[in-house]
Amino acid sequence: MNSNQTRHREKIALLFVLSALMVAVLLGRLFFLMIFRSEHYSQLAEELHQRERTIKAARGRIIDATGTVIADNRTVCTISVIHNQITDPDRVVETLSRILEMPEEDIRKKVEKYSSREIVKTNVDKEIGDAIREEGLDGVKVDEDYKRYYPFGSLASKVLGFTGGDNQGIIGLEVKYEEYLKGQNGLILTMTDAKGVELENEAEDRIEPIAGNDLYISLDRNIQEYCQQAAYQVMEKKNAKSVSVIVMNPQNGEIMAMVNVPEFDLNDPFTYGQNLISESARQEAAQNQAEKGENSQDLLNQMWRNSCINDTYEPGSTFKIITAAAGLEEGVVTLEDHFSCPGFCIVEDRKIRCHKTGGHGTETFLQGMMNSCNPVLIDVGQRLGVERYYSYFEQFGLKDKTGIDLPGEAGTIMHKKENMGPVELATVSFGQSFQITPIQLITTVSSIINGGIRVTPHFAVRTADASGENIHTFSYPEGERILSEETSGTMRYILEQVVAEGSGKKAALAGYRIGGKTATSEKLPRSLKKYISSFVGFAPADDPQVIALITIDEPEGIYYGGTIAAPVVADIFKNILPYLGINSAEEETTVAFRIYG
Amino acid sequence: MAEQQEKKKKKKVRRFYDYSLVFTIIFLTAFGLVMIYSSSSYSAQLAYGDAGYFMKRQGMIALAGLVGMFIVSKINYHFFARFARLSYIVSYILMGLVMTVGIERNGQKRWLGIGDLSFQPTEFVKVALILYLAFTIVKMGRMINEGKGLGAIALRALPIGGMVAINNLSSGIIIVGIAFVMAFVASKKKMPFILCAVAGIVVYFAAGPLVEFIYSQNPDIGYRLSRILVWRNPEAFATGSGYQVLQGLYAIGSGGLWGKGLGESIQKLGFLPEAQNDMVFSIICEELGLFGAVSVILIFLFMIYRFMVIANNAPDLFGSMLVVGVMGHIAIQVILNIAVVTNTIPNTGITLPFISYGGTSVLFLMVEMGMVLSVSNQIKLEK
Repeated sequence: MNSNQTRHREKIALLFVLSALMVAVLLGRLFFLMIFRSEHYSQLAEELHQRERTIKAARGRIIDATGTVIADNRTVCTISVIHNQITDPDRVVETLSRILEMPEEDIRKKVEKYSSREIVKTNVDKEIGDAIREEGLDGVKVDEDYKRYYPFGSLASKVLGFTGGDNQGIIGLEVKYEEYLKGQNGLILTMTDAKGVELENEAEDRIEPIAGNDLYISLDRNIQEYCQQAAYQVMEKKNAKSVSVIVMNPQNGEIMAMVNVPEFDLNDPFTYGQNLISESARQEAAQNQAEKGENSQDLLNQMWRNSCINDTYEPGSTFKIITAAAGLEEGVVTLEDHFSCPGFCIVEDRKIRCHKTGGHGTETFLQGMMNSCNPVLIDVGQRLGVERYYSYFEQFGLKDKTGIDLPGEAGTIMHKKENMGPVELATVSFGQSFQITPIQLITTVSSIINGGIRVTPHFAVRTADASGENIHTFSYPEGERILSEETSGTMRYILEQVVAEGSGKKAALAGYRIGGKTATSEKLPRSLKKYISSFVGFAPADDPQVIALITIDEPEGIYYGGTIAAPVVADIFKNILPYLGINSAEEETTVAFRIYG
Repeated sequence: MAEQQEKKKKKKVRRFYDYSLVFTIIFLTAFGLVMIYSSSSYSAQLAYGDAGYFMKRQGMIALAGLVGMFIVSKINYHFFARFARLSYIVSYILMGLVMTVGIERNGQKRWLGIGDLSFQPTEFVKVALILYLAFTIVKMGRMINEGKGLGAIALRALPIGGMVAINNLSSGIIIVGIAFVMAFVASKKKMPFILCAVAGIVVYFAAGPLVEFIYSQNPDIGYRLSRILVWRNPEAFATGSGYQVLQGLYAIGSGGLWGKGLGESIQKLGFLPEAQNDMVFSIICEELGLFGAVSVILIFLFMIYRFMVIANNAPDLFGSMLVVGVMGHIAIQVILNIAVVTNTIPNTGITLPFISYGGTSVLFLMVEMGMVLSVSNQIKLEK
């Protein structure tokens, strides 16, 4: 009765087998969790344990043709405190307040705040950051960061552009070449415990940042500085609202300088109304601020505009180059063709005046160009007719954008072909009633005088990594032939004569063969009597190596392009031609090699 | 001569002592101390400024328990029968005391204490019940093969189990489970047990959908029912009641095949609450991987196997029933603990014997082991 019977033994064995079975089920469950679900749960756990900190990549620098860095990076520090890691709060508060020169109570608030990371101050100089690091305070983090820095302040501001809070390009080349410049941010992944305290012996996962590539551009700091100085001078002297200068190599489209004064400080791009050197510019700025507020986004956008490419204007007489080239190429006119200018000409029912009220009398085509005579060019335009004129307009690339490597290039505003009658044709012939950008004008003139090949204006030459190793060379394939070499040669001759003896003689420079064309365009509405004076010039006239276009917006007093714009180009050429190694033909002339800045 | 021969024979009777079981107990206890240190050093350092706080406490009690175990194992187990009724009555008194003057921790009244000393009476109740039921079954004789006998067992186990369950559902389940296992082994009847098992399986599979249905009709369900929702989908309750289960799963999953290495768990650093307690097995998984976890489970299985061997060879039914009770206790607790940790069943606080932190638990486990060894010591080895 008290014995342990066989049936008991069987049941005990059964009990064991049942237990073993259940254990087997659990083992299967474990196997499932730890093998098949392992990745899923590991990942979730890792996300829970890891704290991410980004390491900003250094943005690529921008380097000019002389090898000078014109857009650089400065190391700045972000100081932050981590509540859980602070061991001596009083010392942290005291030290930070002393070094950062901040009130103690502000810092104490952040030190005592229970959060995973509290930023105390950003954009701290590297020396100050180093000083804090040397104190060796627990729970104080000094993270290095890069900030864009422009060593030359406002130089070429509207070309280079600047960067925003995340070091991303906002305007100019900084935006255009963002993908080359920006680099790739790195990451520091640290393991933490449940309270966010970093674990000491855990390996840090570190993804190193990749610095952006340096951008080498054709812009030359010395030429840019000289042109900027010249532009400011004429702006002040003529009380103009703004002055633009473009200097370019007409053979390949490399831009050496692009000035738009007033420029703005790239290290301080959010302050409206900088460098207002003329009274009229100051008045306009004050009026704008009164209307739209001190630093409204509207006004800033306006200040950042690069008028060489973002704005269009009526080119005026400089456009006679295009009409002349088309007429010569088509053979409807030769240099010796005789014209007569009574001071006006009548197209259909309109009487269109020449700028010389009394008329130029009898003159050859060459003389007509030298005099910048409207009736002569109107006649050439009429000889071509709307159909042929329009097809040359298109052939010269004037309907398209130039493709310059800057954002926001404005397109040409031109009559539709079917809406063009003889009157429209007449006005277009001497550069009125349509609008193009300055860059379009200088590009087209370059193509006409360089032998007839269309060029693409550009800044970017190549990119290279931090050690200077070449990464990418930008290529700009030779454009289409738009003009015969012969006509191009004739145009060079005509334009040289314009400077030698015609309306552009103020651009003449002893010892150099200069070609060019003046323009004085009346702004719309014509009743305001506001003008844009401009001059496009190139040298040497027989083999152009450099071309320059200056536009002066609303000069006061004498406003003729030949009088005020041409001398500026002469002055610029006088200084940059020897610098570029284009020597004076006259032996006795030893031109001073002077570059300012 | 004959007398002499008989004397010689008597002298030659060698008593068995299950050293395999002793070794397994010592190994599991020592391994448990290592795992307690590993999983609790971080929180102990934070809470008590001593990384070894939990490990030292547990170590001292385990050492005392081992001494107690050897003493108990050298006493003839029939001697314990004298205390069967008394201990059963004391169980009721203790549970009554817990309900009235018990110490509340984490919102549950489970402890009795004087000064710094405190203990969980439920652990005592488990041992007492095993002893008392073994005693009752033997006394009952053949009656156990009838419904009346089974009813008598239920009448003795269910009230105390219910009392325990009020504050500690999982211990209540274990107590009823022990009674069930002991009755199953003792009785000739099969049908009631099969029915119970089938009912259990049905409940296991039906509970989830059923509770989800109730929840969809009326979201205001109690604390215990809501655990079933958490069990079905812990990720939906990640920041609330599913937090512990989910953190346990993170630990298990991130262990992989080989684990992160002893002491390398990250989940124990404040992510997994009570890592040294109910959830210690998930830290074993994280640090020692699937292989470590399987090894530990196999050691428990070996222990259960030793219980089977001792129970089958016990000199009489009383000894056998004592061992079966202990066997049921260990098997149920191990299986339920691992099932909870792996989210195979809804979360309920069950410790892993010998490994989880808990002084009362390890002390009474040692007493149980002492009883089993005592039974083993009465086995006469035949020549």
